[in-house]
Amino acid sequence: MSALASLRTMRRPAWLGPFVALLVVYTIFAIITPEHSFLRSQIFLTMARQSVVLAICALGMTLVIVTGGIDLSTGSLVALTTVVVAKMLKGGSSPVVAVATAVAVATAVGAFVGVCVGRFRLMPFVVTLGTMAVLRGSAIGLASEQKIDCDPRGLDHLLEASLSAPGIWIALALAALVAIVLGYTRFGRHVFAVGSNEAAARLCGIDAGRVKILVYAISSLLAGIAGVMEFSTLTVGDPTDSVGLELDVIAAVVIGGAPLAGGEGSVLGSVFGALLIIVIRTGAVHMGMPSWVQYIVTGVIIFVAVAVDSARRRRTRS
Amino acid sequence: MNALVVSAIEKSFGPVDVLRGVDLEVHGSEVHAVLGENGAGKSTLMRIVLGLEHADRGTMTVGGKPYAPRNPADARRAGVVMVPQERTLCPHLDVIENIVLGIEPSGPLGVLREKDAVAVATRALALVAGEGRIPIRARAGAMSVADQQLVEIARALAQGGESARVLVLDEPTASLGKSDADRLFERVRALKESGLAVVLVTHFLGDVRDHADRYTVLRDGKVQGSGDPKTAPPEQIVHEMLGRELESVRGEADAAKGGAGYRGEAPGGGAETLLELRTVAGVAKPRAASLTLKRGEILGIAGLVGSGRTELLRAILGLDRVKSGEVVVTAPRGMGLLSEDRGGEGLMLGRSIAENIALSPRGPLFVNPSHTRADGARWISELSVRSSGPDQRVGDLSGGNQQKVQIARLLREDFDVLLVDEPTRGIDVASKAQVLDLLRELAGKGKGIILVSSQLDELVSTCDRIAVLRRGELSASRPATEWDEEKLLLEAAS
Ligand SMILES: Nc1ncnc2c1ncn2[C@@H]1O[C@H](COP(=O)(O)OP(=O)(O)OP(=O)(O)O)[C@@H](O)[C@H]1O
Ligand SMILES: [Mg+2]
Repeated sequence: MSALASLRTMRRPAWLGPFVALLVVYTIFAIITPEHSFLRSQIFLTMARQSVVLAICALGMTLVIVTGGIDLSTGSLVALTTVVVAKMLKGGSSPVVAVATAVAVATAVGAFVGVCVGRFRLMPFVVTLGTMAVLRGSAIGLASEQKIDCDPRGLDHLLEASLSAPGIWIALALAALVAIVLGYTRFGRHVFAVGSNEAAARLCGIDAGRVKILVYAISSLLAGIAGVMEFSTLTVGDPTDSVGLELDVIAAVVIGGAPLAGGEGSVLGSVFGALLIIVIRTGAVHMGMPSWVQYIVTGVIIFVAVAVDSARRRRTRS
Repeated sequence: MNALVVSAIEKSFGPVDVLRGVDLEVHGSEVHAVLGENGAGKSTLMRIVLGLEHADRGTMTVGGKPYAPRNPADARRAGVVMVPQERTLCPHLDVIENIVLGIEPSGPLGVLREKDAVAVATRALALVAGEGRIPIRARAGAMSVADQQLVEIARALAQGGESARVLVLDEPTASLGKSDADRLFERVRALKESGLAVVLVTHFLGDVRDHADRYTVLRDGKVQGSGDPKTAPPEQIVHEMLGRELESVRGEADAAKGGAGYRGEAPGGGAETLLELRTVAGVAKPRAASLTLKRGEILGIAGLVGSGRTELLRAILGLDRVKSGEVVVTAPRGMGLLSEDRGGEGLMLGRSIAENIALSPRGPLFVNPSHTRADGARWISELSVRSSGPDQRVGDLSGGNQQKVQIARLLREDFDVLLVDEPTRGIDVASKAQVLDLLRELAGKGKGIILVSSQLDELVSTCDRIAVLRRGELSASRPATEWDEEKLLLEAAS
């Protein structure tokens, strides 16, 4: 087979669409902003910083959606994490202990959801709908219905609009790690198999329940890390923060080419999806567009992404 | 030595006792056929052997050691692998990924070793399919049912690896063409000679006679007989399966329907034309198909796997795009398709029998559940579907009984033209005769039927005319009386 022919028959990677969309949208903003101010590095860094929370959550959500599941508790979990971190810092704990505790709590929540879904075979939508409410309530209760002020003790420098901010690099490293796990390890292959055909996975001796427990635990661990990043920007524990974040996260993953039916998805696609959402939001603010325009543009992008993806699928099938 | 011994296994689902004390002994280096009517419990027994279900009572041993698998991973460790009756590949994964599923070669931290995976998978594939027959990077979901079947067999062999002792094949040839089936049995023989015990569940008594060393018949949850299929007369085996003679079953069915006439009274030249195809071509297949179908006749379509039979039916119905040519439908009550992919598109596995039968684009705006149930119950008795009632989930029926539910839906719709794709796949001898008689009877009542089947004897005995599809091109049809199985095979393979 000639190189050209093999190129043509090669499956177009799922992340290509969102990548192109990202470039196009970015270019449009760069052109229409006065004096091309959208190209300034400060804006670029601001967007990178804003993407961190969304992108880290999207990494975990990608795993969940590939197994055919969904996680609606992400936003509440992020808020709970900011509260736990703030409360611990206020109580005099060191930042390391505060962060470790908050992330451990988040992981435990994920493991619980995983057991419900994986062992007791409850519907993920319903389980996480419940979890979402319980976590939001717990966060508000824990914070006694108000924001918790505290000395961030250096955690506020975790995420800044600067190249030296560790948060941006942590996000990149996590993305690389999850991409490797999903694409190049046995566990990742099993995640795809469970989402594609659970009966087949079981038949081949894969413990589908265990895979799901791990997936929800990892996803919530990542949401916990995202919560720490969120605290770094807020510098307070805010129990009413990140309401509806999970919907942006799901949108990012769907724009990234993962159908909600499971079996497919890519980390790179989800990251581009998250960046796309942030670029639209930042660009709109920068242009002084009202917020309703951002909502509509984001919604249209979701429609277009799904339509383009399904057309791509139909073409590769025939 | 006995490779697998099953003793006094009992299993019930709710009130239904499926297995009531089944004993089975399978030796190493033997092909052991397990036979029985639809719903006799063959697949259930095999699922217990593989650890997918758990017996209520009874014990098993493998290689003389006690064996109680909690899941398929336990079974694999003991050297027991299976190709189940229903297709179980991951549609999004490619062929290689499917074959090494659960046994992926990997290094430290579970990092996959792609080269080793390719080696394991190609080795297993070479055992079941000729060089290049299966594209190893194709996604399983995009492959034909026959190719998927081959991949599943390769997967079972790869999973068993060197330590395989028992290979269970649950109706492995149901969706294979003749040449693939022949190659499979060649492989089965080689595996057997290397010491493997093979359990073969099938409805093809010819295959049992040619390829099995012993057989065991299940009926009513018990073993009804066993022996050497080469010496046992087929009538005896059938009797053990049915508990009565096949001819009497046919007789009963005929009597019940007021004696449907067989063969003959072919429709006269004046019969109304229901469907006409003028050099129809699809996107890939078919390439050129012309035919006319008249009221009251059965047109058979023969052809090898991959010749485009299913695609032809789909193009006629408009499910696939027609690129050129014309499909002229003059049938007033429309056309219906009996899909070969039962679980995928033929049925709603999660819904009840009654709901499946009642599914229809026409009909009243509001449905009365009690009517639906009563209707379902009527069809259940009409086609003798073995079930606990019209409310049973179709997914819990045995494969053959699922097929009957699919047929019932078409009959209820009362279409003028029936496009029937492999109607007897996975159906036992008695039901097979029943389904074919039913098709004849429907033709007698003025329906037009296009019958696609890999069972050439079935085509010759049931159809009025037969056309052969070869690499997407449909030959002109000729009266069935001019054909026999050999001629059809020659024509299809030439
Ligand atoms: N999960 C389940 N729940 C309820 N009933 C079940 C379930 N699984 C199987 N059955 C019932 O058990 C009986 C035996 O089914 P099984 O699939 O073992 O039959 P079989 O001999 O393999 O038939 P076939 O030749 O049609 O494949 C059937 O009547 C079926 O309805
Ligand atoms: Mg069966």
